[in-house]
Amino acid sequence: MYEELKAIVGEEFVSKEPEELYIYSSDPGTMPPVKPDYVVMPKTTEEVQKIVLLANKHKVPVVPMGGALSLSGLVRPLRGGIVVDMKRMDRIIEVNEKARYAVIEAGVSEGRLKAYLDKKYPSLRISTPDAPPIATVTANALIHGSGRLSQIYGFHSEMITGMEVVLPTGEICRVGSCSVSPYWFSRSPLPDLAGLFIGWFGRTGIVTKLGIKLFPKHRYRDVMIFVTENPSYVSDVIWRVAHTEMAEDITVWAQPRPEWAEGFQHTTIYVTADSEEELEFKKKIIRNALMDYIKQKEGGFLYLTPGMKAMFLQEPMSQLVRFADVRRGGGFEYVGAILPVDLFDVAYQKGLEIVERLGIDWAFSIRIIGRSHCMMFAYAYPFNRADEEDVERARKALHETNKAVLEMGGIPWKAEAPAQQLILESMDEGAKRLIKSVIEMLDPNGVMNPGNWEVK
Amino acid sequence: MNLKFDPDRCFNCDSYACLTKCQYLNYDFESAREERIKIAKGEYSKVLEECKTCYSCEEYCPYGNHPFYRIVELQEEYGINLAPKPISKQLVKMYATKEKDLAAIREVGSKALSLCLFPDLRDNVKSKLFEGLPVIMGRQIFCNLVYLHFANMSVIKERARQTIENIKKYGVDELVCFHDECYGFFNSYAKAYGIEVPFKTVHLYEYLYNWLKENEDKIRKLNVKVAYQRNCSNRLSPETDRILDKVFELIGAERVEREYDRENGICCGAVFQMWGEYELAEEVQKKNVEDMAKSGARFAVFNCPMCYVALAERTAKAGLMPILVSDLCRLAIGEMPKLPGRD
Ligand SMILES: Cc1cc2nc3c(=O)[nH]c(=O)nc-3n(C[C@H](O)[C@H](O)[C@H](O)COP(=O)(O)OP(=O)(O)OC[C@H]3O[C@@H](n4cnc5c(N)ncnc54)[C@H](O)[C@@H]3O)c2cc1C
Ligand code: SF4
Ligand code: SF4
Repeated sequence: MYEELKAIVGEEFVSKEPEELYIYSSDPGTMPPVKPDYVVMPKTTEEVQKIVLLANKHKVPVVPMGGALSLSGLVRPLRGGIVVDMKRMDRIIEVNEKARYAVIEAGVSEGRLKAYLDKKYPSLRISTPDAPPIATVTANALIHGSGRLSQIYGFHSEMITGMEVVLPTGEICRVGSCSVSPYWFSRSPLPDLAGLFIGWFGRTGIVTKLGIKLFPKHRYRDVMIFVTENPSYVSDVIWRVAHTEMAEDITVWAQPRPEWAEGFQHTTIYVTADSEEELEFKKKIIRNALMDYIKQKEGGFLYLTPGMKAMFLQEPMSQLVRFADVRRGGGFEYVGAILPVDLFDVAYQKGLEIVERLGIDWAFSIRIIGRSHCMMFAYAYPFNRADEEDVERARKALHETNKAVLEMGGIPWKAEAPAQQLILESMDEGAKRLIKSVIEMLDPNGVMNPGNWEVK
Repeated sequence: MNLKFDPDRCFNCDSYACLTKCQYLNYDFESAREERIKIAKGEYSKVLEECKTCYSCEEYCPYGNHPFYRIVELQEEYGINLAPKPISKQLVKMYATKEKDLAAIREVGSKALSLCLFPDLRDNVKSKLFEGLPVIMGRQIFCNLVYLHFANMSVIKERARQTIENIKKYGVDELVCFHDECYGFFNSYAKAYGIEVPFKTVHLYEYLYNWLKENEDKIRKLNVKVAYQRNCSNRLSPETDRILDKVFELIGAERVEREYDRENGICCGAVFQMWGEYELAEEVQKKNVEDMAKSGARFAVFNCPMCYVALAERTAKAGLMPILVSDLCRLAIGEMPKLPGRD
């Protein structure tokens, strides 16, 4: 097979060397490593197609991989096989400035697209996640990621306008407007086939090109941080701010470090505008929306010095990456619970109960999705990978958190394989049957990232 | 640790300037007397809730009876929250000395410059003006007077002696205070509470004056008009305002006469923003900067880094050039200071 892969991608871009397979066997999370048999780096859709056909021929699994930063071990080849590292497919094919979308290859990273737009289309932007910039735009959108514009426009999956996919059987197909027209403007008004590939963790095909919405980038940007000491206020604070429609992004963070932050909830509100007057106006409306809390002395805005502001205005925030390695040893994972905003207090208390009981380092970081339609409540647990006890503690905390989230009525996001099983346990039988049928229909040989969304 | 406050002075006062001169509250002699007597007796007075914590009455009282410190003590006693509670509480935690701050203490020699809690100014004091003067800063030497704006006298008292001890550990006999507030702590607050300060303190203005006087040959007079923002903590050492005049004279800066300077100086608004009193903040900032702009000054000059942060942008938009006093002196000796907090 090695020779056949070599013939497809060239010698330089295939490997079966143990040290390289080792690197591809895990991510920074707690999931135990699983070694692939081969790693390949295709350059074109046709090469991806050939790899998938080869996999079918040998009945060997193929696992698509972007930046490998989802942290829940999603790019580990659960049943071995070929890891398809998409990073070489990094062309930005088109930017339609007027219709505000970009067409990119699946390996284009968040950092690359952002830098490209900053340089060539300064009035356009993507919704940047706070992930390290080497994360890929495509994988992030496919796993329902969220970012700086999610409060206005929803999950990044909702920003997908179309895609080119290599199906598990090797056919190439397009979904969205690009299946009919030269323009990749939207998934409507057709039957929405994109859903067959979103949220499946590569179980239904390898996306090779993606149409993604771009949004206006405004000249001025500012940040306000509303501090409370009572988590039961937070969902209302969010509701009020979202109601104003003046905020671009709303996040909440609560963590025990630095010491001054412990015990407080920080609702961080980003505001953008095209003039200073507009910016001031928006900030004023937001302040007024929270005036009851301020007058009752129950909440107030943190005074931000220019240095603090600059830190919070970074996209992505480097502080987050630093936190991810706070225990040293490069271990970091979080349960990203998708929950109704109204459950903030319950989710917060439950999280505290778990971390206190297990004595683990933690940070809660929450992003509001849509006009408080829901939130991504990240229970983040950094750990030292070199310390097995530390890893085990984190694993336990993650498992307990996943269970608690489901009990609360939430759903763990980008769930690792065991958490997928927990979700399936709670899932409607009809939905489960449909998942099974879709997989069987699209992937008769069971070669596409098997082990994910496995309905028993 | 008790405040040296003599209620009899207030009962028998012939002035009540502490309230009649207040720029935020509207009291005539009679009503001022009524409220001040309540305050002297330790009773609740509406002044406790109305006070904007501008420190000025410390300067207005002709008898040095510490009217403002007295107000803050009673504000705390009556549980008055000037700012939202989480903001006040978080601030108290933020500036508490940590183990690592104490570990940073080193002997630096007999003289040092205290840069308080303003690491952003580190580069601004890299100047001939401060040559040979080691810089110390951090929470371990923080005077904590900021809590006067948050009705929290007890935290200042609690930390006061430790702050002084920490400074002593640097081995200094003489401390130059960059910020008025530090100087006020050693020379007004510590005296008001009978706390001994075992080293000499020098106000920045005095230090600058002495340096410039000794190096007059290095000065090229700026011949500019400047509008000065007198900060709240300078009220704790009003005598230093006169020294500033002498500094300005040496460097050829004309301190313009304007409504909101000297005894009438007004707040930069930062504290009101922390309290959530945005309209008040806007009002004081607007009238202050408009007053600066119409004075014909070229520079808006600050000593307090907090005032600078609060007003720099606004003064720049009004056509003035915001600058710190020390940086203005640097210009006069041919140095080009960078903007505070910018790389
Ligand atoms: C500090 C930190 C902060 C983070 N903040 C955020 C945040 O704010 N928002 C957010 O959304 N995420 C965040 N993340 C999580 C994660 O890094 C991102 O979601 C990231 O975008 C995932 O992209 P990736 O390229 O690394 O995906 P990968 O981990 O490589 O892949 C994810 C899944 O997609 C599948 N896949 C990959 N490429 C394809 C393809 N071409 N076709 C089909 N399937 C494919 C993979 O098989 C896998 O199942 C954060 C992570 C860290 C470490
Ligand atoms: S504080 Fe001073 S001015 Fe005010 S009443 Fe007392 S003595 Fe008079
Ligand atoms: S501190 Fe200022 S506002 Fe308060 S009473 Fe004294 S002069 Fe008035």
